[in-house]
Amino acid sequence: MIDIFWLIPLVPALSTLILAVFGEKLPKKYISFQACGAVFISFLISLYSFLGLLKVSPEEYPIVKNLFTWIHSGNFQANLSFQFDPLTAVMALVVTAVGFLIHVYSIGYMAEDRSYSRFFTLMNLFTFSMLVLVMASNLVLMFVGWEGVGFCSYMLIGFWFEKHSAANAGKKAFIVNRIGDAGFLIGMLFILVYVGSTEFSNINNAVAGGSLSHGLVTLIAILLFVGATGKSAQIPLYVWLPDAMEGPTPVSALIHAATMVTAGVYMVARMNIFYTTSETAGSVVAIIGAVTAVYAGTMALTQNDIKRVLAYSTISQIGYMFIGCGVGAYAAGIFHLYTHAFFKSLLFLAAGSVMHALSGELDMRKMGGLKKYLPYTYPTFLIGAIAIAGVPFLSGFFSKDAILTSAFAQGQYFVWILGILGAVLTAFYMFRLIFLTFHGKERIEPEVKKHIHESPPVMTVPLAVLAFFSVIAGYIGLPVVLGKNVNWFDRFLAPIMHKGHEAHLTIGTEWLLILISVIVALTGIFIAYFFYLKKPSVPHTLVRRFPFLYRLLYNKYYIDEAYDYLFVRPTLKGSEFVYDKFDINIIDGAVNGAASGTGFFGKVLSFLQTGFIKDYALVFLLGAVILLGLLIF
Amino acid sequence: MNIPLLSIVTFLPAAGALLFIFINRKQENLIRYTALFISIINFILSLFLYFNFNGQTAEPQFVEKARWIGYGIHYHIGIDGISLFLVLLTTFLMPIVILSSWNSVKDKVKEYHIFMLLLGTGIIGVFVSLNLFLFYVFWEAMLIPMYFLIGIWGGKRKIYATLKFVIFTMFGSLLMLVAIFVLYSIFYKTAGTYSLNIFDYYQLVLNPNIQIWLFLAFGLAFAIKVPMFPFHTWLPDAHVEAPTAGSVILAGVLLKMGAYGFLRFALPLFPDAAKKFIPYLAVLSLIGIIYGALMALIQKDMKSLVAYSSVSHMGLIMLAVFALNMESLEGAVYQMLNHGLSTGALFLCVGILYERAHTRLIKDYGGVSRQMPVFAALFLICMLSSVGLPGLNGFVGEILCLFGIFQSSKLLAILGVSTIILAAAYLLWMYQRVMQGPLENKKILNFKDLSLREIGFLVPIVLLMFFMGIFPKPFLRKMDASIEHLLKQVHRAETYVVDKEAYIKPSLKISEIDINQNTKENRTETEDNE
Repeated sequence: MIDIFWLIPLVPALSTLILAVFGEKLPKKYISFQACGAVFISFLISLYSFLGLLKVSPEEYPIVKNLFTWIHSGNFQANLSFQFDPLTAVMALVVTAVGFLIHVYSIGYMAEDRSYSRFFTLMNLFTFSMLVLVMASNLVLMFVGWEGVGFCSYMLIGFWFEKHSAANAGKKAFIVNRIGDAGFLIGMLFILVYVGSTEFSNINNAVAGGSLSHGLVTLIAILLFVGATGKSAQIPLYVWLPDAMEGPTPVSALIHAATMVTAGVYMVARMNIFYTTSETAGSVVAIIGAVTAVYAGTMALTQNDIKRVLAYSTISQIGYMFIGCGVGAYAAGIFHLYTHAFFKSLLFLAAGSVMHALSGELDMRKMGGLKKYLPYTYPTFLIGAIAIAGVPFLSGFFSKDAILTSAFAQGQYFVWILGILGAVLTAFYMFRLIFLTFHGKERIEPEVKKHIHESPPVMTVPLAVLAFFSVIAGYIGLPVVLGKNVNWFDRFLAPIMHKGHEAHLTIGTEWLLILISVIVALTGIFIAYFFYLKKPSVPHTLVRRFPFLYRLLYNKYYIDEAYDYLFVRPTLKGSEFVYDKFDINIIDGAVNGAASGTGFFGKVLSFLQTGFIKDYALVFLLGAVILLGLLIF
Repeated sequence: MNIPLLSIVTFLPAAGALLFIFINRKQENLIRYTALFISIINFILSLFLYFNFNGQTAEPQFVEKARWIGYGIHYHIGIDGISLFLVLLTTFLMPIVILSSWNSVKDKVKEYHIFMLLLGTGIIGVFVSLNLFLFYVFWEAMLIPMYFLIGIWGGKRKIYATLKFVIFTMFGSLLMLVAIFVLYSIFYKTAGTYSLNIFDYYQLVLNPNIQIWLFLAFGLAFAIKVPMFPFHTWLPDAHVEAPTAGSVILAGVLLKMGAYGFLRFALPLFPDAAKKFIPYLAVLSLIGIIYGALMALIQKDMKSLVAYSSVSHMGLIMLAVFALNMESLEGAVYQMLNHGLSTGALFLCVGILYERAHTRLIKDYGGVSRQMPVFAALFLICMLSSVGLPGLNGFVGEILCLFGIFQSSKLLAILGVSTIILAAAYLLWMYQRVMQGPLENKKILNFKDLSLREIGFLVPIVLLMFFMGIFPKPFLRKMDASIEHLLKQVHRAETYVVDKEAYIKPSLKISEIDINQNTKENRTETEDNE
């Protein structure tokens, strides 16, 4: 029953094709029906295949369906083939389930937009590309999805391309991603040459069989991870994600929170044998993840734009996923990816609902007290915030705890401390957002206040569904301390994850770690409460007391400016200089110089043009004799 | 079947041009329709070449021989798995460029189409010639129509550009002519008979010292044509001043003649010298990739931006050519076709904009997408093809090239990967400034979206881009044998025997001595192939 799984990506592909060709002529109702329907059918097939997979014994993973040989030349072969295994199943379900809800939400959110069909075409194309990414059975096809989602992201960030900022953000996202992709591509070339195949099963066998030297494994692992830092917005290539908020909010929810940005995590988990074999590479992943988690968290502290806070939060949370993968707890990393998909898309969609209510307002300084106006948005937003903050019994708590416990167990205490620090920040900035938006004094502009309204059911129902999952999603991966077999998620993924050295903590330590997590989350929430509800003067005092620190955070450590001065400007200025001085003056100058030189000689030689045929004949004869002489001797 | 199909495909355009003598110059539409009809028929005929081509053998197919001047100068044509696709690319682009200049060329319509069709014959002739003299004739003859196309229908600095183009190319080809004479005399000295047959020359084992000079002479001619850094400066000028159709043909096929020349002549004829120079040529190619891309980044004129992007793309192709392995060469040939499509299409897109606003400067545009959504989508796809987005043709060629280069030199491949970043940067930035952003130039408000004719010539290219991106097999399988054979030719270096008199292997069979008798045999060969 599982053998129809390869249809999962093809349904949205077909829908994209129809919408791309006929979209402009179709009625809006039909467009949204088809676009949502296609993703829903994909979801059903994913679910069906997932249930089928449960009946397959782990020895038979992955189930591969080879459609045809795509590129074949000499030693290079890439197949158009899909695979299905537990990791793919989780990803496909997340992509289609969350994707479907966001598609439905978009019906309401994009209702007034004049490029309605373009929007849904691209959303379907994105779903298709993302499914190719997670279902490919080889690295080359995975790269197709990888670039495909990057393209859709480019198009959707720049969806309202008349705005300079939107067009710019789209271009920036694509180029920064391409820098990462260059690393990924080089890593792929190494694999192609040294493994001779890009099929995941062959790569796993080659690395497990030790046919690649340890240094090579580390090198490849790090090159691939460069790709991941681009796609998943980690240090140093995270700069595109905050700007990506220029896109419509459903796009931010689907692409820049739930699915595409986690592709890097998926890739690392898929290639886990590299990061298990090379501890150096694993540590690099964990440390980059941990530093990013804290770094992005600090930038979220001072932002006033509701979507930007969520964007930095996403960067930070993906950092956690990388901590998980870096310390060898791949299942925990993927578990956080899965729970995060629910609560972060919920937060984005709820933020979109706030924007919808406030005629597009994003600045939290012009909100406040919205609780009573938005009876559905508020509670769902709150649930999302509680989930991400790591409050017990909601999904985010279980997944974040699994990651931090693993880091601690592996002796990565530095990473663990950063993780804890990041958790305080997360709880704080999330509740700062909640309090500034929904509680306290109303700071809404009067003109905006006139039109304030709760969103239609087509938007609030997806919110409710996502809120529901944000609460319960964690219960398939309970902490091991509660019993041996409670972590179903871990066991489900175990067959395809390569374990490094096992480390066990005593039950006491585990409980202690859980306690610390809980205290940390509650502390963060309390500080936010104290700062923004109890004593709203405190933040201002702090700003006045530490102006430098505030400016540094508010301006995001001036990294965008630094990149601009270090890379963008020198490239442009240098190229212009070379163009003017070298291309035009020297190379072309030499040519034109040669031309005028020829002109001069031409004048000199023209004296030889006597006009008498006998003279020419003489020269001709002379030349012929010389040539003949050359040929003979 | 005794139809000389290849000759027909080669000379049909020229015969068509002859037909124009009988058409009154005032009947401009009749001229246009006739030219279009001829080029479409020619494309259909060339498809027969593809379908009857046997990919299992490296032997040249559709071979035709006829006595011409004598002394080794004969009419001798045929195609293998490499030239087949270059011929197809030419015949595919011909109807497209004729359609594209339907409205933009209003002056001397008759002459324009005559030159266009002659150009077609000239280019196809270069790719099918198996006799060096014939090759040289086509190589030079093709310059004449191109010279007039730029010189008459070009932009403001057309005379400067066209002279520069011709002088550059002539300079290279004169050296090549000298080298051909030397080869000719060496062959006569050693074999005692005249021949200009390329297959006879393949069997020559030349003294490496002589090879060096001959390789340099041939190589320079081809390097200028590609153009490789630092011989590229004629290209932006020629492109900027050429009419759209001229640019499309120039970028689409003419540049490929340089790369083809390396593959057909410079590398297999002089393998020892090639080995010696390849490291330097590879570095020049790499410089071309990065240099061209950086220059493209800062161009203010859309056409010169695309022209510099050609320098960059051709750099990658040449780097793959010099890597000399199966994957890199198939990648290079595939990428030649891709570049022909994507860069040709980009010039068509620029032409479409130019026809509406009469400016090529990027800053005069902005926000065009809103006025021309269909164009925006097609332009986007052409751009992405050039950027190498997977799913489109560019990616297949790029990954094969890079993989092949990587096998020869990791460092060059890794540096070459920078092309995927830079190409995205210069093209996306141009697209942003031209198509996106607020609509500031009021003129753009009057822009009409694509006409049926414009859709008619862009859509076939776009469809082919998708097809080649998803199904590269029908292309790659036809070239396997030829490329394998070529590799054997190039890697036969070091077979030179130190004996200075022994320029030539004793086993050499001279094919051209009694050409009349051979013709019959060859006919039967062709039949077999079909």
